[in-house]
Amino acid sequence: MNQPSSPRPSVGLLVTCLVDLLRPNIGFAAMKLLHEAGCDIEVPSQTCCGQPSYNSGDLETTKNIARQVIDQFEFFDYVVVPSGSCAGMLIKHYPKLFEAEPKYRNRAIELASRTRELVSFLVDDIGYRVPARRLNVRVTYHDSCAGLRELGIKGEPRSLLESIETLELTEMSDSEVCCGFGGTFCVKYGDISARMVSEKIASIEATSADFVLGGDLGCLLNIAGCLSRVGSKIAVYHVAEVASDMIASGPIGKDAGST
Amino acid sequence: MDSKAHKFRENAKVALLDPDLQRALGKARGGFVDARTQAFSCLDRHAEIQDAAKQIKDHTLSVLDEYLVLFEKNVNKVGGKVHWARTPAEARKIVLDICDDVDARRIIKGKSMVSEEIALNYALETAGYDVVETDLGEYIIQLAGEPPSHIIAPAVHKTRQQITDLFHKHHSRLGLKERVTDIPDIVNEARLVLREAFLSADVGITGANFLVAETGSSVIVTNEGNGDLTNTLPGVHIVTTSIEKVIPTLEDLSGILRLLARNGTGQEITSYTTLSTGPRRTGDKDGPSQYHVVLLDNGRSEMLAGEFKEMLRCIRCGACLNHCPVYGAVGGHSYGWVYSGPMGAVLTPLMVGLDGTKDLPNACTLNGRCAEVCPMSIPLPDLLRKIRVRQNEERITSVRARWFMKAWGFLACKPHLYGWCLRILAWLLSWLWGKPHILRLLPFVHEWTATREFPKSQGFTFQSAYRKAPNSHE
Repeated sequence: MNQPSSPRPSVGLLVTCLVDLLRPNIGFAAMKLLHEAGCDIEVPSQTCCGQPSYNSGDLETTKNIARQVIDQFEFFDYVVVPSGSCAGMLIKHYPKLFEAEPKYRNRAIELASRTRELVSFLVDDIGYRVPARRLNVRVTYHDSCAGLRELGIKGEPRSLLESIETLELTEMSDSEVCCGFGGTFCVKYGDISARMVSEKIASIEATSADFVLGGDLGCLLNIAGCLSRVGSKIAVYHVAEVASDMIASGPIGKDAGST
Repeated sequence: MDSKAHKFRENAKVALLDPDLQRALGKARGGFVDARTQAFSCLDRHAEIQDAAKQIKDHTLSVLDEYLVLFEKNVNKVGGKVHWARTPAEARKIVLDICDDVDARRIIKGKSMVSEEIALNYALETAGYDVVETDLGEYIIQLAGEPPSHIIAPAVHKTRQQITDLFHKHHSRLGLKERVTDIPDIVNEARLVLREAFLSADVGITGANFLVAETGSSVIVTNEGNGDLTNTLPGVHIVTTSIEKVIPTLEDLSGILRLLARNGTGQEITSYTTLSTGPRRTGDKDGPSQYHVVLLDNGRSEMLAGEFKEMLRCIRCGACLNHCPVYGAVGGHSYGWVYSGPMGAVLTPLMVGLDGTKDLPNACTLNGRCAEVCPMSIPLPDLLRKIRVRQNEERITSVRARWFMKAWGFLACKPHLYGWCLRILAWLLSWLWGKPHILRLLPFVHEWTATREFPKSQGFTFQSAYRKAPNSHE
């Protein structure tokens, strides 16, 4: 693994296409946390990591997108991504994608070694602790599948949350079971996805939490959409939004100010 | 059975709305998962045992031809016979010929997924034989005229009430008029009916969980003891199995057995582990006079030579089904063929063909829970993705989906243009929010909004806001 070249590590923020389009607040929350953690942040021009085409079996399209990501991000000490599944794409899948292309393969492996999911980067690489912030809420945490199973992220978001005094974390049952988002799955197989998310929100509601948090916007949109439909009062946020105290824009899926 | 995998979407819709099925699935789901967790909580060195088991299978598969020949040699040595079947049709013919040779009338069966794969019951019944399944789950679905919905619990989709009704309907004519509602009574009634079948059968057909090359033995693991009666009471024992079931030694068997039941039912070991080695020997008090092993290929050699080789490590424990949230929502019948859940979503397209199985590898969120629990470390999500790649290459996916992906891919490689499109889309989505009558008209959106609120966008993109004020977070 590469060592950071300066005391202030340079971080390229891969904000993810979903955050870019639907929840810029998560991008700014990530920047705030990275800034507090002492990083020099840059946001290179970017589009998507290529998961939609990769998971649809279109490898040519995916490679074109991946080459662009490698070209844009390989100069940073770290590439940080506020999403386990997009980080997993760079870390686990880019090297496989270029198995037959030695030039890009080596660059993909190199990039993978410096790519991190946001929360695990803050907790494991930097040892960041949330500065004195008070938030009197009870939260529960959904473990998104790719972060959990591809990257082994489990304790990191919890340890980040525990550093916020007055915040109470209550575990839901089956926090490791998929919420039914699955990228294009949720619209290709809407009814199956709906069943899965309705089971997820039953687990969430049983905790009597005020907020449900997670590390992947896709899952959070799915959960938020279903919670709103059933008229639940539980608010949905990305863990970075809560850790950075950037919740003023209102919960995911709702208007600013509404909770 | 003919594949109905092409109807996955319709099957799944029906399944989701079937209250009995949902009740049965709900019960099974938690039960299997908790039992597995419990079983492994008292097993030391789980990872080590699992790794060793994987190595046994990898080694065997690397020289599979040699172990199969050794297995045949050792079956011959103890007086049995191995039959090689390239296709389900060849396998059916072999079994029918054996039954014809011995003038069989009644055939009893222990549970065998390979016999389901070759649609053996239908072939035997069509040829006029009286076929009775003796595994309780298989017996129940035979009465119901349904295929299994789970590889280790074939009738898991049935509620107790449905079984009561089924028994009442079919057993009344045997003089068993009382409705049995408690589980012990249901089991006893099945025993009563099956006992007669055991005693009068001419041929017993079982599957095999493993084949041991060094001894020429076939191995079954069961909980009901019906397998033992099926392979000892009739005069002829036929094992319908497939080529990847062979492992080198008894020592290897004992290693893998530590994983099989724990992963499937959550038991440390099943009630019965039975090795059949050839027909009855001189001096044996019981056992068949003929012992046949039908070894099916059905696409496995091709898998062995290609990128799906790892799938041949599968020991059919069912853990991937039990932990799959899609299987848990729609049940096994939705998959439309013999194998269901994640392992079925890989095997069915490879065995039945990519055409007509389009949905199976796609109806998956790639959440990875199946691979996490697989005792053979089969990377199921990766294999499902590989099938998607093949579908794409062979243009089996819809033209619309492929063109959409190409158009999106083109845009995604033009950051400036993409940025502008995204900004317009962010504004549009914000404007559309709260206008469900328009939203409903957009492709795919209704699949979301049928059960979920459309998310409110912030009306601008991150990159546009960032380029305007890069330090706004500080």
